[in-house]
Formats: sequence, structure tokens, C-alpha cells
Amino acid sequence: MAITGVLRPGHMQLKVLDLDEAVEFYSNVVGLVQTGRDATRAYFKGWDERDHHSLILRDAGEAGMDFYGFKVADDATLATLEADLKNYGVTTERVPAGDLLETGERVRFQIPSGHLIELSSQKTDVGNGMGYINPPPWNEAAERGIAPIRMDHALLYGPDIEKVQALFVDVLGFYLVEHILLEDGKTDLAIWLSCSTKAHDIALVRNEEPGKLHHTAFLLDSWEKVLRAADLMSMNRVTIDMGPTRHGVTRGTTIYAFDNSGNRFETFCGGYQSYPDWEPLTWTWDEVGPAVFYHDRKLNPAFLGVYT
Amino acid sequence: MAVHTITVEPTGQQFLCPDTKNVLVAMEYLGCDGIQVGCRNGGCGVCRVQVLAGTYTAKKMSKAHVDEADLAAGVVLSCRIFPTSDLTVRVCPKPTVEPALHPTASAGNDG
Ligand code: FES
Ligand SMILES: [Fe+2]
Repeated sequence: MAITGVLRPGHMQLKVLDLDEAVEFYSNVVGLVQTGRDATRAYFKGWDERDHHSLILRDAGEAGMDFYGFKVADDATLATLEADLKNYGVTTERVPAGDLLETGERVRFQIPSGHLIELSSQKTDVGNGMGYINPPPWNEAAERGIAPIRMDHALLYGPDIEKVQALFVDVLGFYLVEHILLEDGKTDLAIWLSCSTKAHDIALVRNEEPGKLHHTAFLLDSWEKVLRAADLMSMNRVTIDMGPTRHGVTRGTTIYAFDNSGNRFETFCGGYQSYPDWEPLTWTWDEVGPAVFYHDRKLNPAFLGVYT
Repeated sequence: MAVHTITVEPTGQQFLCPDTKNVLVAMEYLGCDGIQVGCRNGGCGVCRVQVLAGTYTAKKMSKAHVDEADLAAGVVLSCRIFPTSDLTVRVCPKPTVEPALHPTASAGNDG
């Protein structure tokens, strides 16, 4: 097994203003599959995800992110990474199994940008509905609403992103794929980190206010489907922030839009495949426009100032 | 459908708002820009205003940006209010610090 340690983003718990309205939005407009509900939360996954859930919505009376979790290879890896975090000086806690439906114990810790990150090794395999023997390529869930394949990555806003980078690289085995430099040519405005061959599994933008969410991204498999997503957004009066367009960073095609609690989400396609031995790509401060929005070649006012 | 006139202070900009549209989206539809536009869904707080005169109905707003005292003072998120009369509002953004594209701002509190 070549991918070891941290495998992929496993879950994000998102705060919403009204749970019923948010469930309606993520079910019918975004087209995620609802897999569970507890007293305050609803659970969703993309149609081709196999673990029980990736997106959790919590009725919170405000917007934003509670925590972002990664799936690790197995229980032994979880124990090893927990010990490594402690040795690095990070305070960790264990959240009991079953706190999230169909999920084992989670190791939770706060990173220097103010966000809560979790690692977990156990989540029930509920499958994608097409079985494990002679499966068809897709099913009707793949066409309902925007219908992303899976939750893909998140962009978080907070301070001290160089410390976050060190922690993710030195302890959790991530590597830097791309970064945008500030005017001094040394300090990063933004970093894109991968634990896989994806162009990013997590990204951060330097921001004075800690613990903020810029967006959570859902994966589509073609530019055509990004355009279809834009049509569905307009048909459903969804607020589009930017796009359809392309990012310079990662080369991914994209739409930024807002859910009905004001949380930004992205419908993302592509991004090149990356490897840990590759030299990271660098964007300079004077090219930040095309780095973020390749066609417009400038930031929109909401990129730096609107987050939850 | 009733239509009301919205006046935005301090610019004095005016636009029409049908009672079926929230104040922020009605502003955008007519190409006006007196209030900052963000998520248009009551979550990010950038469209915060204080209603100085007039009546409205409101949908849920993030309590991180509008608390009970704010509501009592007519401080609301303009993307979540629907006018039931003409309104005068004053722009009242949340205090926010954006990351600046120079290193001094990123390292200190002077951004
Ligand atoms: S625009 Fe985000 S709260 Fe109104
Ligand atoms: Fe993204």
C-alpha cells in the first residue's frame, strides 16, 4: 500500500442557521446523499463515497465550521499519529466512538490557525449503492442535483499558517504543492497541502481572525458538470460568488457559491495529480489575481473579506 | 407585490425593493452598491446595517454577527430582511480585518 498514514479528508462538521432548510439544500440542490440524523445533526456523503458520511450539518444559529477530519489507514496509525502529535507538543483529546454516527474514536486537536482538526480510522463502509462485485459505473444518485462525487478539500482562514504547514508536513506526512508569497518574497499568503496525489487536501490563507472557513469543496468529474452545476445554481436561486472559471493554483475548474446559511462551498473539477517529491509551485504577490481566478486575473472583493 | 423605497446612509443612495426580495439582493438587482455584498444568506455578516426608520420582516441571521441587543437596536443583516414599508438604513459592518498583501500586516496587528 503506497498511500499510508493520513489517507484523505474524512469529514467536515458545518454550522448552519436552520437545519431543515440546510438539509433540503444539500439533499436537493447540491445532491448529496443523506445517510443519518441525530438530535442536532444531519449526515451526508457524495454519491460515490463509501464511508457513512463526509459532511455533517449542525443546527448552530450561525455559520462556519466546527471541525475538519481526516481518515487514517488503521487503528495503529491513529495511535502512532496521536503519539507523534503529543511529542510535537500538540494537546490532543479522544472523542468517544459513536459521538458521530457510525464512527470510531477520533483524535482531536487545535492547530495554530485556530481550527479543530480530527483524525479517525473507523467509519462504517456503507458503500456507494452499487456493490463490490460487477458494479455499474453510476446510479441515479449520480444525477440528482449537482451530485458531486465526494467531498474533496477545504480552504481555511487563520493566522500562523507556517506553523500549520510545519505540523501537517512534519507530523502528519503532508507535502506542500503550491503557495502564494507576500511582498517580502518569504512569507506565505496561502498554502496548498496534500496527503495524497490530489493537488490539495487542505489549503490555508493567512488571516488575522482565527478558525474561519473560506470554503468546503465537492468534486465533479468534468468541466461540463461544472457548467451544469452553474445552471442548477441559477435555477435554484443559489448565490454564486465566482465562476464558472479556473484557478491558476491547482489548475482546477471551479464555482464558488454560498449555501443557505452563508457558508461558501465550491464545485471543483480536476486539479493536476501531484507527488510528494515534486518541487512546489510558487506564485508571487503581484500575480495573486491569476493564481486564484485565472480568467479574471484579479481577486474579487469577497475572496479575502467574506468567510464564515 | 408591494414595492418600497430603501435609502442607504451615509451615501443617501436610494433603490426600490419589492417585499418579495431581501434588501441586499434588491440593491444588487438595480446595480446599486451602498452595502457590501457577501454570502447573501445571513452567515458572513458583511451586509450588516442598522434600520433607522421603517418596518420589515426578518429570516434567521447568524448570531455571531447579530445578537439580541443588536436586534433590539434594529441592527440586522440586510440580506435577511424584507421591507414592509419604506426603510432608511445605515451601513454598520462588523469590525473585520482582511489579510493584506504585505508582510507587516500579516505579522502584526496593524493591518
Ligand atoms: S451578505 Fe453575508 S450575511 Fe448578508
Ligand atoms: Fe477549493
